[in-house]
Amino acid sequence: MGIELRLADYALDGPGNARAVAAGLANAEWYRTPIPRKQMKDLMQRSDGPATRDTLIWIGLLVLFGGLGAYFWPTWLCVPFFLAYGVLYGSSGDSRWHECGHGTAFKTAWKNDAVYQIACFMMMRNPTVWRWSHARHHTDTIIVGRDPEIIAPRPPSLGKIALAFVGVLDVPQSLGAMLRYATGKLTVAEQDFIPVGEQPKVFAVARIWVAIYAATLLACVLTRSILPLMLVGLPRLYGAWHHILTGLTQHIGLAEDVLDHRLNCRTVYMNPASRFVYWNMNYHVEHHMFPMVPYHALPKLHEAMKADCPAPYPSFWAAYREIVPTLLRQVRDPNYFVRRELPPGAGRLPEPVVAHMQAAE
Amino acid sequence: MADGWIDACAADDIEEEDVLRFDHAGRTFAIYRLEGDAYFATDGLCTHEKVHLAEGFVIGTLIECPKHNGRFDVRSGEAKGAPVCINLATHPVKQEGGRIYLRIG
Repeated sequence: MGIELRLADYALDGPGNARAVAAGLANAEWYRTPIPRKQMKDLMQRSDGPATRDTLIWIGLLVLFGGLGAYFWPTWLCVPFFLAYGVLYGSSGDSRWHECGHGTAFKTAWKNDAVYQIACFMMMRNPTVWRWSHARHHTDTIIVGRDPEIIAPRPPSLGKIALAFVGVLDVPQSLGAMLRYATGKLTVAEQDFIPVGEQPKVFAVARIWVAIYAATLLACVLTRSILPLMLVGLPRLYGAWHHILTGLTQHIGLAEDVLDHRLNCRTVYMNPASRFVYWNMNYHVEHHMFPMVPYHALPKLHEAMKADCPAPYPSFWAAYREIVPTLLRQVRDPNYFVRRELPPGAGRLPEPVVAHMQAAE
Repeated sequence: MADGWIDACAADDIEEEDVLRFDHAGRTFAIYRLEGDAYFATDGLCTHEKVHLAEGFVIGTLIECPKHNGRFDVRSGEAKGAPVCINLATHPVKQEGGRIYLRIG
């Protein structure tokens, strides 16, 4: 298959969608590690405590580093403070958006919603569009033609992946989308996964955001300084690197079109600072298999199911020692991917499902 | 049983604040036991993407879908927000002699 034809398969309105449906890969039954109901109920328990603590620390650090950055602006002394502020804004915003979008971070609904709206604004992701996009990502994880969140279609564009670390491609796209939503327009793909009744919310939020960015730009003009943009908007560029560093470990280079999250997600052990920024999404197999378990319970869930999963990656380094060579090879050979090995005794998908997947592959 | 009531399970088969799957005549249902031994029943599949709700999580009077975290009020079947938009069908339930009976509409 030609490269352009292969890439076209990834579009939700392309030929891959119908092919996935016909192959039984859309909205399918996925493998789940058997965990006793009582234990699972304990793991699913909601609590406001951990997320309230983490959010107070997060907002406190944003105020502290943002304040110090502004105080020392425009001297070189502001640089370390803006580096820290940027990560808290342009990378922590990603995990807060994600967890609060699932509604599991806090027990109290309005707290989830409030942090979700703030984090969506920081990440320039329309809260309604991304709620539905992410729902599809969980239904059809890395199913070609169905999952709108496949970030490295094969063959991968190494340039695009590298530029994502500073947001220079996705931020202009996000701003363009915001302006499009503000005029009341959705793409065909967005119409595919956002119900009609939800679409007015997309447009309303986009108009509020346009007003906020317009006010920020006006503040820059009035103060003759880009400091307002350093605090609102630009951190999505200069602070994006950490969420890309962590996000690329989730699925890149692993199998497409399999109905088993153990084969298309990575669990990677990370340092405590990255886990705070990333809200434990390094336990990604666990999160995908059981999305109703809150981020703060994922380490316990990991212990409960690790005997049924491929070995976790012990570090960023270990994950990237696999990811980088895989991406380089996929540029030349788009059919190549990393096959994760299940441990002896691990549960398996029923044979007819495996045979069906292999036929589709 | 008379009057269309179907013997579904023992009352003790469901823990408090939990849910049980019940399949009958080619259909699937979810039976809930809320705090204070109040029992309710709904269709068993989420109206969003046909996932079994019995694998989800009961929070107060809500059932949360295990796949996308959509929530329904189990007493009325009301969808409580994205990604669920369509209400869930509910079914009458009664407790008698330690058994739970369901009447399917």
